[in-house]
Amino acid sequence: MKRKWIIPLVIFIFIYITSFLLDRNMIEINLQIKNQAPSLLHLFGTDWLGRDMLIRTLKGLQLSITIGILTAMLSTFLGLLLSLVSSVNKTLDKIVTSFIDLFLSLPHLVTLILITFVLGGGLKGVVIGLMLTHWPAITRVLRAEILQLKEMPYVQLSKQLGKPLWWRARHHLFPHLAPQLLVGFILIFPHAILHEAAITFLGFGLSAEEPAIGIILSESMQYLSAGMWWLAFFPGLSLLMMIIIFQRFANTLKDYFGRDRSYEQQVND
Amino acid sequence: MILFMMKKLIQLLTLLVAVSLLTFLLISLSPIDPVRAYIGADMLLISPDQREMIEAYWGLDQSVIIQYFHWITSLLTGDFGTSLIHRVPVLEVVSDRFLSSFILIALAWIASGLFGVVLGSLAAMKKGSWLDNLIKGYCYVLLSTPGFWLGLLLLMVFSVWLGIFPTGLSAPIGVTVTEITFTDRVYHAVLPAATLSIIGVANVCLHTREKLVDILNTPYILQARANGYTGYKLFFRHGLRNMLLPAISVHFASFGELFGGAILAEQVFSYPGLGEAIVDAGLNGDVPLFLAIVLISACFVFVGNWIADTLYYVLDPRLRKGGTRS
Repeated sequence: MKRKWIIPLVIFIFIYITSFLLDRNMIEINLQIKNQAPSLLHLFGTDWLGRDMLIRTLKGLQLSITIGILTAMLSTFLGLLLSLVSSVNKTLDKIVTSFIDLFLSLPHLVTLILITFVLGGGLKGVVIGLMLTHWPAITRVLRAEILQLKEMPYVQLSKQLGKPLWWRARHHLFPHLAPQLLVGFILIFPHAILHEAAITFLGFGLSAEEPAIGIILSESMQYLSAGMWWLAFFPGLSLLMMIIIFQRFANTLKDYFGRDRSYEQQVND
Repeated sequence: MILFMMKKLIQLLTLLVAVSLLTFLLISLSPIDPVRAYIGADMLLISPDQREMIEAYWGLDQSVIIQYFHWITSLLTGDFGTSLIHRVPVLEVVSDRFLSSFILIALAWIASGLFGVVLGSLAAMKKGSWLDNLIKGYCYVLLSTPGFWLGLLLLMVFSVWLGIFPTGLSAPIGVTVTEITFTDRVYHAVLPAATLSIIGVANVCLHTREKLVDILNTPYILQARANGYTGYKLFFRHGLRNMLLPAISVHFASFGELFGGAILAEQVFSYPGLGEAIVDAGLNGDVPLFLAIVLISACFVFVGNWIADTLYYVLDPRLRKGGTRS
């Protein structure tokens, strides 16, 4: 059981760390070797400026994963915060649930475009946009969980004994919510990466000089009709592989915790 | 039934008000300067006095709330404003593109629904076999696939290498609007729709599979098996009817995801639909067009969810007679 989730995790972390070892200056312009098809020297080929696509892809993955971890953490935290807020009283609960409904009423990508549009794109826009679009699903799950826990005799008892909300949250709720938070985080992470690539591809996300997968793919569109398939094929495939490896780890870990599967339905939409 | 409809209608209205208010507030907080967006490069030729006059003319000197009410009242009279990049009324741009997007989304929706239910049923009926593993594996891979990358691959294979399908647009080049036939539109929508449905299959398929596996564990299936029903006969007699309703309503509820996918697919195939319009509008600061499409997408998602709810209500006799959803 343990080996099943350790191996994908190790591969994932290995690739992530390798990408840090690569210096950004290795993406140098070398016009003598531009537009080369994949070869042993350049496994993923080179682009129209002679930059090695393998290094660009690895750097792009590094950026994607970093953003993914950051935003998944931020939106899990936001979900926790809002679900705690909703547990205070009926009015606050109503406000939080109507916000959830409001955010779920727009297509995910449209909300993301709207927020990055308002914030003017860039790294800040993408991170805030992703954070604000991924919290509703986890907030729903946590809210339902807290609603149940709140009715437990021992929680009621400590309320009667005059323990403040924060104390109750820390001692009674968090220990139960911790696995939910972890599962929520690992389910949001791949979505965040895919949405980051998508929004960058559309031109609302990271700026063009960043080595992001979305940028690489949107640039490659101009060269597809010239038959330079490697510009799009390998970077996309690498992103897909990374996500699949992570999903393998996530699925096993999720079963390991043995919690209910109500998550899957909600985070997947 | 009428009460149910009325309730839903009121829900839609409050939702639209909330969405429009939120988007309007967000956009008015944004750093985009409407005067600059409108005038563009000639900004240097405008004196501060003239600028103030333009702002007063547009009502920009009033408070945000008053501006919002102005906007809402003109929306209610059917005036969505003028698109800044197309220089024609927003309604015209949108209605032209709505049809293109509608064809694309409808094709993708039907294809992914059909294939999803068929594959999901096959997987559940043969649970544990290599076929089940294959279908499940396919779905899990697709759930992790960036849709626009798949679009790029299809574009490379079918348009650039094989030359079977056009590389873009929703009609042949050099043809006037009146000459575009319905077949032309569908032909140009095939590749983007294929992209959308290849991805969309995964969700329906996994859901169908899970439902049917649940159903196959019920006592009445055990009884049917004891009576000698197996394979297709068992499926058509007992499985299909019970599984179809949840599968279809999940599929209706996925309208939002489909719309998001359509934005990406339209961008890849430069297919002139609503998705391409919202990207253009966003990149060029065309606020009237942008707001209109945001509202349309909210309606779109709502209609999907509403149909899903209504289907349960209409088709499930238990729910219609006041029971609960099983």
